[in-house]
Amino acid sequence: MAADEPLVLGIETSCDETGVGIVHGTTLLADAVASSVDTHARFGGVVPEIASRAHLEAMVPTIERALKTAGISAKDLDGIAVTAGPGLAGALLVGVSAAKAYAYALGKPLYGVNHLASHICVDQLEHGKLPEPTMALLVSGGHSSLLLSSDITSDVRPMGATIDDAAGEAFDKIARVLDLGFPGGPVIDRLAREGDPKAIAFPRGLSGSRDPAYDFSFSGLKTAVARWIEAKRAAGEDVPVRDVAASFQEAVVDVLTRKAVRACKDEGVDHLMIGGGVAANSRLRALAQERCERAGIRLRVPRPGLCTDNGAMVAALGSEMVARNRPASDLELSADSSLPVTDPHVPGAHAHDHDHDHVHEVSKENLYS
Amino acid sequence: MDTATPAVTVALHDGEAVIASSSQVDARRHGELLMPAVDRVLKEAGLKIDAVTGIVVGVGPGPYTGLRVGLVTAAAFSSALGVPVHGLCTLDGLAYASGLDEPFAVATDARRKEVYWARYEDSRTRVTDAAVDRPAEIAEGLAGLPVVGAGARLYPEAFPDARDPEHQSAAALAALAAEKLAAGGDGFLEPLPLYLRRPDAQVPKNYKVVTPK
Ligand SMILES: [Zn+2]
Repeated sequence: MAADEPLVLGIETSCDETGVGIVHGTTLLADAVASSVDTHARFGGVVPEIASRAHLEAMVPTIERALKTAGISAKDLDGIAVTAGPGLAGALLVGVSAAKAYAYALGKPLYGVNHLASHICVDQLEHGKLPEPTMALLVSGGHSSLLLSSDITSDVRPMGATIDDAAGEAFDKIARVLDLGFPGGPVIDRLAREGDPKAIAFPRGLSGSRDPAYDFSFSGLKTAVARWIEAKRAAGEDVPVRDVAASFQEAVVDVLTRKAVRACKDEGVDHLMIGGGVAANSRLRALAQERCERAGIRLRVPRPGLCTDNGAMVAALGSEMVARNRPASDLELSADSSLPVTDPHVPGAHAHDHDHDHVHEVSKENLYS
Repeated sequence: MDTATPAVTVALHDGEAVIASSSQVDARRHGELLMPAVDRVLKEAGLKIDAVTGIVVGVGPGPYTGLRVGLVTAAAFSSALGVPVHGLCTLDGLAYASGLDEPFAVATDARRKEVYWARYEDSRTRVTDAAVDRPAEIAEGLAGLPVVGAGARLYPEAFPDARDPEHQSAAALAALAAEKLAAGGDGFLEPLPLYLRRPDAQVPKNYKVVTPK
């Protein structure tokens, strides 16, 4: 860890986790999280106003905890990064406001960054610098996207995305149909380990030869699974919960991994990164590993704690913004609930980016040799 | 600072008087407007933020999203600068600014056809807790009293004697806080939000049966 690498604090409040991370270059120093997931559980989904209230309560204590864990003073920071979007508007606003206040009070540059790009960049904390280009499969309760990035601070290109439900949403909905509670991902993963993934042939969405090659659809699968369960119940038969969980999960991860590997092959990319909450799914990790190996692609998946929403991922991208001399955001920075994935960060209105190939080359030599 | 109402308002008080202030009324851009306003006010006074020895923040009541901007900013400033943060009821700022020396009420817009309101004995003395109600339900109890704030103008049938100011000003809030600090520092609230409403959280109905019956 070189002494001149950026020391950055990152704040994430786009959904129900209040996350604050501190990184030094690509080294993780602290990753503090306060979650309101238990409060949402009885509603069967994230309630925006409850999430926002919880963020306000947890925000400053979580920042202070992260600073303490990292053993640094806020004065030593080289920048403050914050998720500017996409996400829940009211929730984002709490983090953005806190980040501005810290940045202004401490006289540090502020970087409003993209939540999706952060999910990709977090892998630098686990496996070192991201290969360029990297293909990324982001799957969570809020997103299912295939993204291609040649420079995580400036170039993120959408290859495909879900046309209806996010993958994690499908897990939550099926868990609800099976009365397994919220969130659905971990419990379905656990039950599926004892079930037969081939027991029931559930449909693979958008997998026909004329369908979009990289887009996803989980709505039809969700309906098919629910219908299958209802038919069992209507016939007075027991629902084989473990087999249903395993077969449903297999249908999801089969499509995700097949399309991700295909995108890598088509684009000549030899690295696949998987992130987002669903990347914690054990079957997704195993099948991706198997298929990547067969295709000669190197798979990078951060540990589960870094796959779910957290502040470390925001700090990781912020650190990269500092390292590559990207322009900072200004004090008017908005929380943008629909920030496009193609905007890895939100530079200030008067900032002018230098020729970024040049900056990139220079910083590469200076910071990563 | 106060962001509990449509006004995004910031003022700097040196213990004697307000030396700079900024107020903008824009109910939808609290997040964008607050920090540039802080910067403007400090620059106008020729000071840096580390000259600030205390933060005063309006804790509402107010519609949630905007209210949180001021509160989290105040808490973050307090943490980053190592200075105390004092909460004041937003309605108290309006009451203080009215300068009224007789019984009156303050009412702000709570949206959903309701107002946040409280009764005052004079401009420094609130005699009821802040509450949220429909104007028609409280009109009788406040009959004959002047009513300060935007809530009065919105519902002239319920509150015929509307008085100034219409909008909250951090200058008034800071002046009130300076008085309290000079008198020993009592009478502040915790810098926590006064929502007065439970979060809108519907428990989703049982999953929709997809098989046609
Ligand atoms: Zn996420």
